[in-house]
Amino acid sequence: MYVAVKGGERAIDAAHAWLAEERRGDPAVPDLSPAQIREQMSLAVNRVMAEGSLYDPDLAALALKQARGDLVEAVFLLRAYRTTLPRFGTSRPVDTAQMAVTRRISATFKDLPGGQILGPTFDYTHRLLDFALAAEGLAPPPPAPVAEPSSDPLPHVTALLGLDGLIEEEPASDTPAPDLTRSPLQLPASRALRLQALARADEGFLLSLAYSTQRGYGRTHAFVGELRIGTVAVEADLPELGFAIEIGEIELTECESVNQFKGSKTEPAQFTRGYGLVPGQSERKAISMSLVDRALRWQELGEDFTGAPAQDEEFVLSHCDNVQATGFLEHIKLPHYVDFQAELELIRRLRAAAGSGAEPQE
Amino acid sequence: MPATARQSWLSLLAKSPPARLAALFPELPPHLVLRAPEIGSVMVQGRTGGTGAPFSLGEMTVTRASLQLDCGSVGHALVQGRDRDHALRTAALDALMQTAAAPTLEAEVLTPLRAEAEARQAARAAKAAATRVEFFTLMRGEDA
Repeated sequence: MYVAVKGGERAIDAAHAWLAEERRGDPAVPDLSPAQIREQMSLAVNRVMAEGSLYDPDLAALALKQARGDLVEAVFLLRAYRTTLPRFGTSRPVDTAQMAVTRRISATFKDLPGGQILGPTFDYTHRLLDFALAAEGLAPPPPAPVAEPSSDPLPHVTALLGLDGLIEEEPASDTPAPDLTRSPLQLPASRALRLQALARADEGFLLSLAYSTQRGYGRTHAFVGELRIGTVAVEADLPELGFAIEIGEIELTECESVNQFKGSKTEPAQFTRGYGLVPGQSERKAISMSLVDRALRWQELGEDFTGAPAQDEEFVLSHCDNVQATGFLEHIKLPHYVDFQAELELIRRLRAAAGSGAEPQE
Repeated sequence: MPATARQSWLSLLAKSPPARLAALFPELPPHLVLRAPEIGSVMVQGRTGGTGAPFSLGEMTVTRASLQLDCGSVGHALVQGRDRDHALRTAALDALMQTAAAPTLEAEVLTPLRAEAEARQAARAAKAAATRVEFFTLMRGEDA
């Protein structure tokens, strides 16, 4: 059977023209610039960069404008652009202990060295709509208060616990990192590969999984040992010169969870760790990532597999990518005329056979 | 941390706002482009638990360029973002900083850029410091 496969061109052109018009919205309302999106919708920009796995605020803002604010569509645009870029190299691992922090809190120690630094947080706001923001031509808010920065170092909370041997060690190593954008995901995955997949995973998916562990599906008794947001310098080797330079600065959100301890006859009890690191400012995702990372470590830590989704590496890693998920989900809206025709034929024959009391012919 | 002077200026230039660099160093000296500015990516790595094994965190956009001045001095650049002029200007300054022009450029371009970077950092640190929680504890009767 032949199926018409051409003829939609004019309709598609018209659909795209209408899309452009809808994207612009009412022309009486001023056009939105990518710079406005970058500056005033920065958390949406951050999310697109994290899930698009490409740190470039201007491109993420452009993607958001083009996608009419659809985050997953914007992530898709950024991923597609990413594939056109030549890879010049790999950075040295960033040193989050040297982060210039804008926020740093611990839920485990009140008086930790360096203190609790709240930063520009939504916490403690009343979540009441602020109608003043709807007024046009608002003057910029007054500058935020300043104080003399302390010269105290800001040690990681896990480093403090590590001094007394109360938490498992995370010894430095120079094992080359795997990269799932270069070689396809293979299971079982190393922790490094899992962390890459989680760092670019859909925030909503990770949030739900992390929440499920809190509710008992693979419980790990997590505390937020520390959450820090700030900028770090990115160092990379300059091959022409044979040394490393700082090539830029990126904002990161890091969460270290401190989890239920384990011990044995030979080893004293110790806390265990989960880790979350996300490009941009996204503490919901960083906390989620650290909980899911910890849940996935059940085997390594000798825990039981309870059948919880968050413990199931294949389930988590195969379904956490929203571009991949969207691609497969939405493909079913595309023409399946022939497949469906076959099913239709079959159901008609089954019904005909049932009506005549005979077995259907294959 | 950058160890040598060259690492230090290359790092400073890479992290400087391109528009500010263009304002301080508008005219490129005569040069031969060895590698035209090219946009690409670098895979940024993190460490498991902050201190452990490296993992691939995600990429960032970068631009690289190389050029040679008429005097033979060669400059390279690898800078964050997609600004071709930023890369070319950085490469030109890298080449010039290896010549007799270095003290002048140090004073007129690098020193202001360094001061502005430190001021930006200090301004953020001061705002962060203002949000640091100063807990106070009520003394209980039996402790008095």
